[in-house]
Order: sequence, then C-alpha cells, then structure tokens
Amino acid sequence: MSVARFWRQQVQRYNLVGNHCRNCDEYYYPPRTTCPFCRRNGEMEEYKFSGKGELVTYTIIHSAAEGFEHQTPYVLGIVKLEEGPRLTSQIIAQPEDVNIGMKVRPVFRKLGESGDKGMLHYGTKFTPA
Amino acid sequence: MRDVAIIGSYTTKFGEMWERSFRDIVVEAGVGALEDAGVGGESIDSMFVGNMSGGQFVEQEHIGALIADYSGLAAGLHVPSTRVEAACASGGLAFRQGIQSVASGYNDIVVAAGVEKMTDVSSVGASSALAAAADREWEGMMGATFPGLYAMIARMHMQQYGTTSEQLAQVAVKNHKNGTNNPIAQYRNNITVDKVLNSIMVADPLHIFDCSPITDGAAALVLAPAEDAHKYTDTPIYIKGSGQASDTIALHDRRDITTLDASVYAAKRAYEMAGIGPDDVDVAEVHDCFTIAEICAIEDLGFVEKGQGGRFVEEGNTVIGGKIPVNTSGGLKACGHPVGATGIKQAAEIVNQLRGEAGKRQVEGAEIGLAHNVGGSGATALVHVLGRER
Repeated sequence: MSVARFWRQQVQRYNLVGNHCRNCDEYYYPPRTTCPFCRRNGEMEEYKFSGKGELVTYTIIHSAAEGFEHQTPYVLGIVKLEEGPRLTSQIIAQPEDVNIGMKVRPVFRKLGESGDKGMLHYGTKFTPA
Repeated sequence: MRDVAIIGSYTTKFGEMWERSFRDIVVEAGVGALEDAGVGGESIDSMFVGNMSGGQFVEQEHIGALIADYSGLAAGLHVPSTRVEAACASGGLAFRQGIQSVASGYNDIVVAAGVEKMTDVSSVGASSALAAAADREWEGMMGATFPGLYAMIARMHMQQYGTTSEQLAQVAVKNHKNGTNNPIAQYRNNITVDKVLNSIMVADPLHIFDCSPITDGAAALVLAPAEDAHKYTDTPIYIKGSGQASDTIALHDRRDITTLDASVYAAKRAYEMAGIGPDDVDVAEVHDCFTIAEICAIEDLGFVEKGQGGRFVEEGNTVIGGKIPVNTSGGLKACGHPVGATGIKQAAEIVNQLRGEAGKRQVEGAEIGLAHNVGGSGATALVHVLGRER
C-alpha cells in the first residue's frame, strides 16, 4: 500500500475513529463519508470508538495473505464494537483460546510492512478482554 | 423488451495451461461459440467480455479491444467490444449485459464471453490479485484472504445451524464425481470425505480441498432475439429470467454473515421475471468457490430452508438424480474457476443440460436450469433462469 494511501487513514486505523450519523443515530466503522441509510440527508460526524466489543466469527489463517507470511498461523476475526458496527481484524491469542462471543479489547500493533525497505503499517488488533 | 435466446455456446478446456496465452484461450472460446451458432463475424453487432483482472494476472488492460482484434473482429469489421468487471461475477455480468443489449433492440447478434488466465503469476500473486475482490483497505490490510473470509462464514454457519466439516466435504466429493464426467474439467478424479478432511488447512475450518483451484479458461455464448433463434439452431435455449444485486463490499458489514443477500435478491428478481419459483428448477450451476459457498447458495436460492443446506447435501439431494442436481459440470471446485470465465461457463453447462447434450452428466428431462454467479464474498450476485421452451 502506498504511503499516501496509508497515511490518510492513519488516525482512523490507529485510534478507531469512524463516524456517527446525527440524523439516524447509527455508528460506522470503517469510516464512511456518506451515511448509507440517510444518504444525502445524513449528518456525519467523526466518532472515536472505545474498541470494546465481542467476536462474531473467526478463522485461523494457515495460508497467509501476501506480507503476512511470517505471522502464520494467525487468528482473523470479525469484531462487533459495543456501539454496533463490525470490523475485520486480527485477534492476538492462541487459536485454542478463541471462541465466538468472547469479549475483546483493542491494542495498537504492527500490521505489516511494504517490503524490506518500505513503510511499516500499524493499526488496531484485538486481544481477549 | 424482446425475448432473448442462446444460439451458440462453447467452453475451452479448464486447467493450468502453461503453453497457452490469454488471447489464445479467449479466441478459441469465441470462435467455438460462433461455429456452434453457425454465424460469421460480419453478423456480430456487439461483444461483452467478462474479465476480472487482466491487469494483475497478465499485465494487460483494454481487454475488449484486444479480444475483438485477435478474434478478427476489429480491423475491417470494427465490432464494438466492451469489457465488464464484477470480480468473480464478471462472466455473469457480461452475460446479463449481452442479454440486455439484445432485449432492448439495440443489437441483434451479441457475443457474451468470459476469460481469465491465472497461472502466469505465482500462486501468491494470484491470491493477492483475488484479494482485490474484497475490501482491500479494511479486510486485506488486516491479513484477510479469500479462504479466510469464507472460513468466517463457515464457522458462523456451523455455530448457528450445526453444519459440519463432513457436510462441507461432501460438497467437494460430489463436485469431483460430477467432474469425472466432464471432458473440460480441471480435475477429473474422485475424492473422499476423508481426503478432504485430511488435506492441509488453509483457513480453519476450510481445507485446501474445500477451495476452488486457480485456473485458466474461457467460455462464450452467442445471443440472438428469440424470434430469430430457429434460423440459427434447432435447439435454442431461452433466457427466462435475469437478476443482479449488490451488497456491501466487506463481509463484516452484511446484514447476516451467513446469508448472501445479493444472491437472495438476484434470485428473487430472476424468478419473478421468469414467473417461476425455486421448486421449478430442474438443474442448477451455483457459485461454489468454497464448499460453504455452495451450501449458502442452495439456501439463498430457495432450494432449501436457511440453515438446512448441510443436511440437504448430506441426504444426497444435490447429486445427479437427486431432488435438485447442483453443479453437474463439477462446479468451480472440480471444473475449475477462471474467475472471469466462470459465469459464462455456468450458463454454458445449463445450455448443455437443456439441449440434452450433457452425456453422463445429463439430468433427465431438464426443462428449466439456473446459473448463479457471485463476486467477492457476496458483494455482487447474478442469477439467470434458462429454459428449453420460450
């Protein structure tokens, strides 16, 4: 991922900043510029999520995505934040300790890097609460 | 709107074709379909080509013109050619675009084709290219892979409905069995449930034998107005219904992670247009990019109640001779999955079935067939209902 592409989402990735629509009171993460329900009538504002949530579903990845080869096996899951939105992230735990419905909390971690001399990518992963 | 018929169909051999190029295979498909229809290049009004990612797989864009050129339809004839893309549903989308252009009266004879050449990059490169069908920034960036996304669907399906790894494996076993009787299939060998369950884990609970392979292949159909179809062929196959729907690009944003709402809506629209229901379908080609995807598909298309898909497979309802034979071609799993070609190949297999030309795979007395094509983890779906009778 190019520097500009990562950099412009840095705040959202590092601090779990998404959106809240004042019109329908829905919360969004990953961030969106337009409320998908209110569309042009929506009033989006930035919102920082607590990051507390629970695990909706998960998998243990043995065959890694490009750039994640040295992390296998890693746990990838869908987390439902307490405000409602769901997101995809890694769960830092032993695979046998992970189960659907478990409470999780956010942690700041390195996600990966662009090659040997490229930029390091950081972001939010989750760990059992 | 005019009724539309398929008057020609051709699918290349699917597999790892090191010796053949992108343009070789797609030209073979196009020429084969025109031969089957008995029409020449000068009759073609327009072409639609489904291709997910020539750019990533063979570093080639501008696919529409390339294919027209190498088919002999560019210089001299200057036939308009349009590439369409909806990830793994690119073929189904090309089919629908072709149908719409004939139905509207804008064109008479149209070629709808699909192609992907996936083996010119490493398997890591191919996986990376495929990841672009999901949300690159909020799924891929976190380490999600395609098998990983479907594995999360599978785990939730297991948790909610009691679906088992054995039931998933039975989908692969059945599709391999069908593949043994399909001359164009990538894999023509039988496998067992044990073989699937003992194969390496890719993304728990999905093993390598739960996943469709990386494949080269192309397919093409020739479309014409229904009223003219008998001028070209004694066995036209009619398009009864066509449905397309979208959903969120990321799996985490779906209403229900175990339901592909895009499939539900595309099916609803296609059934309504055809004036039929799921019980009227005699044979179906569904999008089994992973074994769990076939189970979700038979539920989302209405062949079985939500959550009962695993049991339905286990009871043998989806085999040839069962209640609703599914993926007689071998499906994506055994026939192979050249992503842009799959949607056209599915329709071509239904054409084989409805013409009565499917050999040992023939579903006796098939009158109505369905083709179901999905893009990404369910962000696009297309459903087509085809019939022997207008």
